[in-house]
Amino acid sequence: MQLALELEDLAFRYERGELVLADVSMTVAPGEFVAIAGPNGGGKTTLLRIALGLERPTAGVARLYGEPAASFSRRRLLGYLPQRAQLGIEAPATVREVVSAGRVAASKLVGRMRARDRELVDEAIERVGLTSRAGAPIRTLSGGMQQRAFIAKALAGEPSLLALDEPTTGVDAESQDALGELLAHLHSELGVTILYVSHEFGAVEHHVQRLVLVRRSIIFDGPPHELAGMWHDPSHTHV
Amino acid sequence: MFESEFMRLAFAVGAIVGVLAPTVGFFLVQRRMSLIGDGIGHAAFAGVALGVLLDISPVLTALGAAVVGAVAIEWLRARRGAAGDQALALVFYTGIAAGVVLISIAGSLNVNLFSYLFGSILTVTRGDLALMVVFGAVALGLIALFYRALCAAVLDEEGARVAGLPIGALNVLVAVLAALTIALSMQIVGILLIAALMVLPVTAATRIAWSMRSTLFLSAGIGLASVLAGLTASYHANIPPGGTIVLVAAACVLAAMAVDGLRRST
Repeated sequence: MQLALELEDLAFRYERGELVLADVSMTVAPGEFVAIAGPNGGGKTTLLRIALGLERPTAGVARLYGEPAASFSRRRLLGYLPQRAQLGIEAPATVREVVSAGRVAASKLVGRMRARDRELVDEAIERVGLTSRAGAPIRTLSGGMQQRAFIAKALAGEPSLLALDEPTTGVDAESQDALGELLAHLHSELGVTILYVSHEFGAVEHHVQRLVLVRRSIIFDGPPHELAGMWHDPSHTHV
Repeated sequence: MFESEFMRLAFAVGAIVGVLAPTVGFFLVQRRMSLIGDGIGHAAFAGVALGVLLDISPVLTALGAAVVGAVAIEWLRARRGAAGDQALALVFYTGIAAGVVLISIAGSLNVNLFSYLFGSILTVTRGDLALMVVFGAVALGLIALFYRALCAAVLDEEGARVAGLPIGALNVLVAVLAALTIALSMQIVGILLIAALMVLPVTAATRIAWSMRSTLFLSAGIGLASVLAGLTASYHANIPPGGTIVLVAAACVLAAMAVDGLRRST
């Protein structure tokens, strides 16, 4: 079986010399729901960016579906929700316009959307429960709804691998739980591989099959319950 | 007012500029790169100075310099050789400094130069109109063709890059369109103020629009209205067209803010 993601002996060092990652090796099989957690500055976002081919490692190899991540040729298999600060939440766009943007790479680059693309956009909006708000400007929605709209944008491209970077930032506790439920539902229904990167993984604690803790290198990789006694917080889980 | 050919030409070119500048500017403003127009404008100033020095069309040399400046900004940003504002500052100051030095060498610090800096409806020719018609049609056509991809880059550049959109090429397309718009619009609004026409109508539209598409169309409408109203006022009051057009656009921003404020309070 071809792996969704392979990281081999990764290291990453900024130009100014600071070592962010060292000796990182891990694999993710298709259909896995993996939480990558760790303290802020621990290297988890860098790890994800290398995995997606957005950064080149200083040493080691990153492969997506068997190809080098940096030159991955089947990018339409990937859906990515970057950190909130990088999203155009303040743009004067409606939910439907945001979600439609996720269909561009998977359909033709120029011209208008085809009927099938519009159907997939509507389906993605429905999956995240925003059908009644499809025409609403994204900036008027709550943080949780905004994140759901951007998840729908990623889903509109029908990805095989969905990567989310700190998706619960700026989202209230109740919406965080709803987000976790939504991801679990998408995972079981669509069989999509999910990489969930966050310093806080309480929202998906009961849904992920595997937890990877990163603090420069991987310090834990296994089912969350094996680590439960070490980090459990009744409200939310911080690393 | 329309008895004179120069006014007919000015209104015709002005109408194209009024629609085109905010349409291109929309994609800069939404990416929080509102000031890129100023940077490119200063590169265009160096181009005008080069044209004066070499005694060739300043519009053509400004066009070349603006495109080089715009591509340089995008290249520096993409390579992370400099942060976005630093890349802009490099082009901004290099452009104005090169312009001053070249003009000094040419010994031509005269009224003709000021017409490029601040705009002059007297300088518009039939050739300029033909150039603007062709360029305006091509630019608006390209934006319509790539509209969905350009919006995807605005809403989530990293997500679009991961999904395989050619973000670098799309960014260069917007930068080159901005450069061409600036170089070709400088006779009407002036190098120093054209960037304002790319930003202010979009700022006003963003306050009152309800979607990306409505913002784009409202921006073009406000830009067109600003140019037509500004040129009319400029003709009757005998005041500079560039400054008048931008003051009208600024008034539109204030009016849009007032409407937005009223809407929020009710």
